[in-house]
Amino acid sequence: MVTRKAGDGVTGKADMVTQEAGDHVAAALELAREIAAAVPDPELPMVTLADLGILRRVTAEDGRVVVTITPTYSGCPALREMAHDLRYRLARAGFADVIVRTELVPAWSSDQITPEGRAKLQAAGIAPPHPVRPDQGRPGQGPVPLPLTMALPKFVACPRCGSLDTERTAAFGATACTALFRCRTCREPFEYVKDI
Amino acid sequence: MTDDDDFAAYQSLAEETEDHRWAFGTGFSDPLEGIDTSVPAGVDGAALAAYCLALGDDALIYSHRLQQWVTRMPELEEETALANIALDLLGQARLLLSRAGQAEGAGRDEDRLAFFRTEGDFRNVRLVEPADADFAELAGRLLIFSAWRLALFGELTGSADPVVAAIAGKGVKELAYHRDYAAQWVIRLGDGTALSHARMQAALAAIWPLVDELFRSDAVAARLPGVAADPAGLRAEVDGVLDAVLGAAGLDRPTGAPLAPVAGQAGREGVHTEALGYVLAELQSVARAYPDATW
Repeated sequence: MVTRKAGDGVTGKADMVTQEAGDHVAAALELAREIAAAVPDPELPMVTLADLGILRRVTAEDGRVVVTITPTYSGCPALREMAHDLRYRLARAGFADVIVRTELVPAWSSDQITPEGRAKLQAAGIAPPHPVRPDQGRPGQGPVPLPLTMALPKFVACPRCGSLDTERTAAFGATACTALFRCRTCREPFEYVKDI
Repeated sequence: MTDDDDFAAYQSLAEETEDHRWAFGTGFSDPLEGIDTSVPAGVDGAALAAYCLALGDDALIYSHRLQQWVTRMPELEEETALANIALDLLGQARLLLSRAGQAEGAGRDEDRLAFFRTEGDFRNVRLVEPADADFAELAGRLLIFSAWRLALFGELTGSADPVVAAIAGKGVKELAYHRDYAAQWVIRLGDGTALSHARMQAALAAIWPLVDELFRSDAVAARLPGVAADPAGLRAEVDGVLDAVLGAAGLDRPTGAPLAPVAGQAGREGVHTEALGYVLAELQSVARAYPDATW
C-alpha cells in the first residue's frame, strides 16, 4: 500500500516510484490527449473536439484517464455520442478505464473554436463564427440587450466563393450550432456556425 | 483523414455497450455526470429541489408544446427553428430535473420526475400549458416566455448554488437567441398586414391573463436567499422588453385581467389549467406503457 501525495495522480506517482515510471505515465497521458483531441465531432465530422473547444482537458486520477468536455448547447444530443466515441477510441488504444466528465462553467462559446477548427470548417463549406460581441449574453453583465434586429453578424463571407453578398435564410439550422445562409453571388446555400 | 475517422462516431454505435442504445441520440446518461452536485452549506436542500423542479417543469412542458408544432409550421425554416428552441429547453429541463433529483436525495432521476408524476405534482407556470391557437399565439407566447426566462436566468447566473448558476449561464445564451427570434416574428406580424396585426393583437389578448403569474411571489424561492431569484424583481426588465417589441410592432399592450389563482394557488403550487393533463398524457404515455424500457 503506497501513500498518495496531494495533487493529481500522475505527479503523485512519478514522485513515489521512479523517474522512469513517471515518464512512462506522462507519455501515456500524452497519448490519451492526442487520441481525445482527434475525436471528430458527431455533427461536424470535419472538425475534432479539440478544434471546437469542446475538449477541456485530459488528466489522470488514480491511474484512470479523465476526459473533461463541455456541451455547446444544453440540449446538444451529440454530447452522448462524443462521450461514447472518446471511450471507444481510448479503449482501442489500451485505456480501459476512462471517465468522461461534463463541465458547464465557463459555458462554451463559439470564440473557443481554434484557428485550425475555423480553417477546417471554412474548407468544408461551413462559414466559421464571428467573434462574440461583448454585449452578447455574458453572465453577470446585467440584462441582455434586445437588438430588435435579429443579431446578424456583419459580412458573413460565402465559404465557397468568398463573396460578402450573402443573406441569412434561417436563424436556426439542422444542428443546434448552425444558422442557414445563402450566397447571392454564387447562389449556393451554406451553413454558418452561430456566434454565442 | 481516413474514412475510418469520418465514420468512427457512427461505427462505434454498433459496438456492444452497456447502455442498450437503439438510435442516435439515445442511451442518455445523467446530464450532470462528473459535476460536483453536493448541496452547498447553508442551502435548504428540499427547497433547492423544489425550485429546480419548477424551473425544469417550465422548460419540459413548454418544450413539449413547441415540439407539437413540428410538421405544422408554415415553413420548413421556422419548423427547424422551433425544433431547435424546443431542444434547447429540453436540455435545460434535463439539467434542472437532474439537479432537483440530486438535491432531493430520494433516488429520483430526470426520467422518474418527467414521466411518473401526475398533474398536481408539476410546478410549471400555467403560461406554458395551453396549445397555441395559431402562429401569432406561438410567437407571442414564445416572446413572453423567453423574455421572462432570460431575465430569470440572468439573475441566476449569480446563484449561490454553483450548479444552478452553471445551468443559467448556458441557458442565457440560448434564451437570448430564442427571444430575438420571437421578437422578430411579433414585429413582423404586428407591423404586417391588417389581418396579421389583428391576429397578433388577439393572440396577445389571449395569452395576457397568464403573464401576471410569472411575477407572483413564490414560497419556495423565498426559502432560498442568494440561490433563487425573486419573481417580482424580474417584472421591470420583462416589461421593458415587451414594451420595446410591442412599440416596434405597433401593438397595444393588452389590458385583460390576470387569470386568478385558485384559492391562492397557481402553477407553482400545483394548480394547473385543464390543458396540462393533455400534455402529460402524450408526454408520459410511452414511459408509462413500458415502464422498464430504456432509451
